[in-house]
Amino acid sequence: MIETIEFKLNRKPTRLSVDGERKLLWVLRTDLGLTGAKYGCGEGICGACTVILNEKAVRSCQIPVKELQGKELLTIEGLAKEGTLHPLQKAFIKHGAFQCGFCTSGMILNAYGLLVEKPQPAEGEILQGMNDNLCRCGTHNRIVRAIQDAAREMRGPR
Amino acid sequence: MNHKESGKETRKDGTDHLIVDRRQFLKLGGGIIILFSCGGLEAQQGQQALPTDFNAFLRIGEDGRVTCFTGKIEMGQGIVTSLAQMLAEELDVPLRSVEMIMGDTDLCPWDAGTFGSRSTRFFGAPMREAAAEAKAVLIQLAAEHLGVKQEDLKIVDGVISDKNNDRNRVTYGQLAKGKRIERSLGKKAMLKPASTFSISGRPTERTDGVSKVTGKAQYAGDVRLPEMLYGRVLREPVHGAKLKSVDTSAAEKMESMKVIRDGDLIAVLHSSPDGAESGLARIKAQYDLPEAGLDEKTIFAHLLKVAPAGEVLTQGGDLKEGEGQASQVFEETYLQQYVAHATIETHTAIARVEGDRVTVWVSTQGPFRAKEEVAGTLGIPPENVRVITPFVGAGFGGKNMNRQAVEAARLAKLSGKPVQVGWSRKEEFFYDAFMPAAVVKIRSGATGAGKIVFWSYDTHFAGPRGVEQIYDIPHHREASHGHYTGIPGAHPFSTGAWRAPGINTNVFARESHINIMAGKLETDPLEFRLKNLADQRLIKVLRAAAERFGWAPSRSPSGQGFGLACAVDVGARVATMAEVEVDQKTGKVRVKRITCALDIGQIINPEGALMQMDGSLMMGLGYALTEQVRFKGGEILDTNFDTYEIPHFSWLPKIDSVLVPNPDVPPLGCGEPPIVCTGGAIANAIFDATGARLFEMPMTSERVKTAMALLRK
Repeated sequence: MIETIEFKLNRKPTRLSVDGERKLLWVLRTDLGLTGAKYGCGEGICGACTVILNEKAVRSCQIPVKELQGKELLTIEGLAKEGTLHPLQKAFIKHGAFQCGFCTSGMILNAYGLLVEKPQPAEGEILQGMNDNLCRCGTHNRIVRAIQDAAREMRGPR
Repeated sequence: MNHKESGKETRKDGTDHLIVDRRQFLKLGGGIIILFSCGGLEAQQGQQALPTDFNAFLRIGEDGRVTCFTGKIEMGQGIVTSLAQMLAEELDVPLRSVEMIMGDTDLCPWDAGTFGSRSTRFFGAPMREAAAEAKAVLIQLAAEHLGVKQEDLKIVDGVISDKNNDRNRVTYGQLAKGKRIERSLGKKAMLKPASTFSISGRPTERTDGVSKVTGKAQYAGDVRLPEMLYGRVLREPVHGAKLKSVDTSAAEKMESMKVIRDGDLIAVLHSSPDGAESGLARIKAQYDLPEAGLDEKTIFAHLLKVAPAGEVLTQGGDLKEGEGQASQVFEETYLQQYVAHATIETHTAIARVEGDRVTVWVSTQGPFRAKEEVAGTLGIPPENVRVITPFVGAGFGGKNMNRQAVEAARLAKLSGKPVQVGWSRKEEFFYDAFMPAAVVKIRSGATGAGKIVFWSYDTHFAGPRGVEQIYDIPHHREASHGHYTGIPGAHPFSTGAWRAPGINTNVFARESHINIMAGKLETDPLEFRLKNLADQRLIKVLRAAAERFGWAPSRSPSGQGFGLACAVDVGARVATMAEVEVDQKTGKVRVKRITCALDIGQIINPEGALMQMDGSLMMGLGYALTEQVRFKGGEILDTNFDTYEIPHFSWLPKIDSVLVPNPDVPPLGCGEPPIVCTGGAIANAIFDATGARLFEMPMTSERVKTAMALLRK
């Protein structure tokens, strides 16, 4: 059924006329032209499609687009503000926390969701919180370091 | 320069000199262009009558920018950065003014593909020579331009100036302006000595960093073209199944669904991937299924039965004589299950047909192979096919074949619209060319003094890599039966290259066997290796690993859970040590820490090399512990990551990657060697922890549990 869905996409009010049952991942990648969220498994197992919905990390391949109604959606394309990279993005570059880069959008956004929930995560909490995001290149140790670094920067010197 | 449209010209010395199409050169515009090739080009080309005595070129443009055109591709291994570093170093320009154009078959000359840790090893040196040649041309031009002798010039950041008068200066861009100079790399150019490097050999942030953390990096599935459609192809449920009947009527009735039937190709096209998926779900097909055949247990006897006679790769002395000297003889068989590549990006391509020309964006390790495959299938000349390789979401050997590109091209041609084919995870598992199941048989012997005196080695279907003898053994013979690509009738599905093909299996077998010998001879496994090695580079990395790891000499099983393995791979020397903890009840193995020491000769980007090492060690945990493709004949039972378990964050051991510098050896590849010892080191660590010896990879909880239960009997 075609529905009109109003939501905020990367801080901008957005309206979509779309079959509300379609999965968010495909609407993002085709209708909205935002290809940062990737298809990796289609069953919510790998996390390559992770986006932030109302400050929580969700799997866009599992979410019907109608669930966006009235909510705020953040994708990797909206994470940097006015050309300034988010601390997580900077830390991922600094620590070389990616190789092929295909899982990276999902990794960064899942980490974003983790830091919203736990601004000072212990290493064990990072491992647990990131456990369902898969990376085949084996950059895990560097992703952990990047998240720790970003968490420190986000808390600030105060 | 006067070259014909065919791309063939005759040099002054009368030899034929084939070059890429003139069209390519026209696109390049002016500037200084150096053509070069990497070693063994003819061998790589094999039977293909492809042009060129060079397979890459670099250009100093009129804007002073340096561009390198190569058929190599970037899939996470970092050569987009390390190759640019090497160029910047040799040309004395900042890294940011170097651009790499990779894997575009219209712009880049032919290349065999990106695999085998070859890019740095074979490509690096000639690329640096080309850069040195370009610099020589620039210095010559500058000397004329500035009226200064060549030896009185200096170069800083792409500016050539008079040593005695800094204001008398000219930039590379100014020198290249309005010129069209082409040189082929002839005599060996003088390279900068490593001691003067300021860019190579320094940790460098990757040039693809910002695009990859902002979602802007483009992969094949991210290419968007006007009016494009998404295709899903009907698949047989089992390899070897024959289509009996198919009913596409329900799909045909769906709104904006296009059903394509062309011989063996049955597919649906829709304006969205999920739309196409729903169309495919409405197609009803019936198949004649082959008889269920081999499984994970019966495969090994089958492989031994069909294995061809072995090709002896290395040998020396006389095995009988060696056996006569041995006080103990050791004979064991080691097994390897099928392992998937399981890259997070699935095989993807998008094709556009314009008249008799096709452009295909492909996730591939071999753009020129993709070009041939597409041209062959469509029956058009290869020069009418352009393959463009965006960033590749990892390969590990799994993206050498390009079925998806052929499918996209066929569907684009049949529909008249651009078509993307992006495989589902299930398709990715189904069509993967797995690391092959394999059997390794070793018979060896040693003297009471702990000297190995004979070694007879037969590997079946793992492939030849890593078979050659690395220990100093007087009487030995090493043979490989059947390549990793298999032979007809060997495997129920495709097998192929998997990151460092063959050697993961071969090192697991050899290094397990070495430890078995050390154990029976009551020697510390490190000491036993050092006693039987003559390769000084390998001895050095073993010592480096031991020092970093804190190896405590003891007889295994010591209960510490320490294991080690060492190898020589593509010229590199590698030693890995692991500490594991084994759950006595479940058999679950946890790797607590893993240390790897590596000698890859000169190091171009230390940070990039460490990244490859860290990644290899983490990825290696998977093939060592859990990764096994479950199958029943031609049916692939794993269809997603829920049952096929690759390493997760919770597995993360303390990883310690140690580069052992060796500036005397030219740079070697780094994408594969650090993974090859993981399985062997972990097998030996499990034995050290429990006394249970694992003879089969992966060493799943179940297998460890079974091996421990055998001990108690």
